[in-house]
Amino acid sequence: MEPVLELKNVSAGYGRIQVLRDISLKAFPGEIVCMIGANGAGKSTTLMTICNVVTAARGDILYRGNRINGIKFSKLPPMGLCQVPEGRRIFPRLTVQENLELGAFFRKDSTRIQEDLDMVFDFFPILRERANQKGGTLSGGEQQMLAIGRALMSRPRVLLLDEPSLGLAPLLVGQIFNKITEINRQEGTTILLVEQNANVALKVSRRGYVLETGTVVMEDDVKNLLQNPDIRKAYLGE
Amino acid sequence: MDYFLQQLINGLTLGGIYALIALGYTMVYGIIQLINFAHGEFFAAGGYMGVILLSYLAASGAGPYVCLAGALILTMGYCAVLAMAVEKVAYKPLRHSSRLSVLISALGMSIFLQNGLMLTQGVYDKAYPTQMTQGSFQVAGLYISYMQVIIVAVTGILLVALNALVFKTRIGKAMRASAQDKIMSGLVGIDSDRIISLTFAIGAGLAAAAGIMVGFYYGSVHYGMGFVPGIKAFAAAVLGGIGNVTGAMIGGALIGIIEVFAAGYLSSEYKDVFAFVILIAVLYFRPTGIMGENVDDTRV
Ligand SMILES: Nc1ncnc2c1ncn2[C@@H]1O[C@H](COP(=O)(O)OP(=O)(O)OP(=O)(O)O)[C@@H](O)[C@H]1O
Ligand SMILES: [Mg+2]
Repeated sequence: MEPVLELKNVSAGYGRIQVLRDISLKAFPGEIVCMIGANGAGKSTTLMTICNVVTAARGDILYRGNRINGIKFSKLPPMGLCQVPEGRRIFPRLTVQENLELGAFFRKDSTRIQEDLDMVFDFFPILRERANQKGGTLSGGEQQMLAIGRALMSRPRVLLLDEPSLGLAPLLVGQIFNKITEINRQEGTTILLVEQNANVALKVSRRGYVLETGTVVMEDDVKNLLQNPDIRKAYLGE
Repeated sequence: MDYFLQQLINGLTLGGIYALIALGYTMVYGIIQLINFAHGEFFAAGGYMGVILLSYLAASGAGPYVCLAGALILTMGYCAVLAMAVEKVAYKPLRHSSRLSVLISALGMSIFLQNGLMLTQGVYDKAYPTQMTQGSFQVAGLYISYMQVIIVAVTGILLVALNALVFKTRIGKAMRASAQDKIMSGLVGIDSDRIISLTFAIGAGLAAAAGIMVGFYYGSVHYGMGFVPGIKAFAAAVLGGIGNVTGAMIGGALIGIIEVFAAGYLSSEYKDVFAFVILIAVLYFRPTGIMGENVDDTRV
C-alpha cells in the first residue's frame, strides 16, 4: 500500500538552529501512527514542518503522492491535511460554535457543514452545552475537545495531533484517546499522533517512531516497541 | 440647555467622523499590531478624490444626492485599492521584520502620500461644493443642518455595516480569528495575507468616507489635512482600547464631543489640545482604554 503521507530525509530548523535531521516517516491510509520523544526532541517541529509553517531545508514531504514542500499552509485543510497543534490554540475570543465553524472555513457545502456540526456536538456533548461560550473560558480538557472537534469540521483525510494528552488528568486522557480511536475507526481518518505520554500513544497506535534530538532512532510496530527494553526504560518509566 | 444640546449634536457629528477614521487604526492594529501612521493620508486622499468626483458627477447633471452617493462609493473604493497597494509595497515585505521597521516604513509612506497629494493637487485649499447640502431646519429650538443629517446618517450606516461585517459574517469571523492567532487561522485554511489586505481596504474605505464628510463639514480640503484628525482619531482608538472595534466607535464619539464642548465652553483656540491630553492621560492611567482587556468580547 502507498503511504498517504511520507517524509523523506527531511531536515528543518529555526533560522540557523537545526532541529530536525534526516527525518523519514510514513503514514499509511487508515492507520494511527505515533511519534514519541522527550521534551525538545523535535516532535512539534516535525508536524509544523509537514504543514510548512516551518520550512523544510532539505528533503521531500509527500502527501498522497505529491510533493507539498513550500505550499502555503492555508491551502492544506482543503486538501484534507489538518493539524491540531500543541496547546490546542483555540480562538479564545470566539465562541465554541464559531471555533467549530472556522474548522469548516474553506467548505461551501453548508448543509453538510451543519450535519458535521451536529456530529461533533454528538461526539463531544459538552461542546453543545458550551456552544455560545467564549473558547477561552473552557477548561483544558474541553479546549482539547474543541480543538479536535474544530479539526473534524474540515473532514480531514490525515489528522496530525500534537500532544492531545498535555495537561489533562489521566481519566480525561483515556476519554480523549477513546475518541481518537473512534474517529480513526468510524471515519477511516489517518492519524499521526505526537506524544510524550508513550504509554497511551503506543496503546492506540499500530506503528510508532521514536525521536531523539531531531532524529528518528527507531521505528516499528507498537507491539515490538512495547517489548523493547530500551523503550521500556526510557519512555515507559520502568 | 439648548446650547448644551446643540453642542452635543455638533460633537456627535464630529465624533462620528473621528470614529470612522479610528476604526482603520484599530482594525489594522488588531490584525498586525501596527500603528499605521499612513492611515491619515487615506482620509486626505478620500477628501480630494471626493471633491474631484463630485465636480465630475455634478457636471454630468446628476442630482445632488446621486452625486453624493456616487462620489462616496467610488472614493471609498479608490482608497481601499490605494491602501491595499500601500500594504503590499510598504508593509507586506516587512511582515517578518521588527515592529520598528514597519513603523518607520509607515512614516515613510505617510510622507510619500502626503507629498504626492501636494504635488498633484497643489498646496492651496480645495473648496467643497457645500451648496449641495445647504439649508437647515429647527427642531425643539435646535438648529440642525442637512449636512449634519447627512454626516450622521452616512456615518451611522457605515458603523452599523462594519459591525455586522465583523461580528456577523463568515469573513468577519475569519478576520477575528486571524487577529487572535495567525498561524492557527492559517491551519484552518484562512489566508492571512488576504485578510490583512482586506482589513487595510476596509479601514481606508471608512477613512475615505470621513474625508468627504470633513470636506463638507469644514468646506474645504487641504493636502496636509490627514495629520491632525489622524492623530485625534488615533487618540480615539487608544481611548476606546486599541484593537477593539466597538471601542473605536465609542472613543471617536467621545473625542468629538469633548472637542466641541471644550471649544464651546472653554476656548476654541485650545480645542485641538484636548485630544492629545486625553491620549496622554489614557496612556498613563489606563493604557488598555475603555474597552481594553476586561471587556474582551468586542475585540477583533
Ligand atoms: N520558534 C522556535 N525558535 C527557535 N527554536 C525553537 C522554536 N521552537 C522550537 N525550538 C527548538 O526546537 C527544538 C525542538 O522543539 P519542539 O517544540 O519541536 O520539541 P517537542 O519534541 O515538540 O517538545 P515538547 O515535547 O516539549 O513539546 C527545541 O530545542 C526548541 O528549543
Ligand atoms: Mg511539542
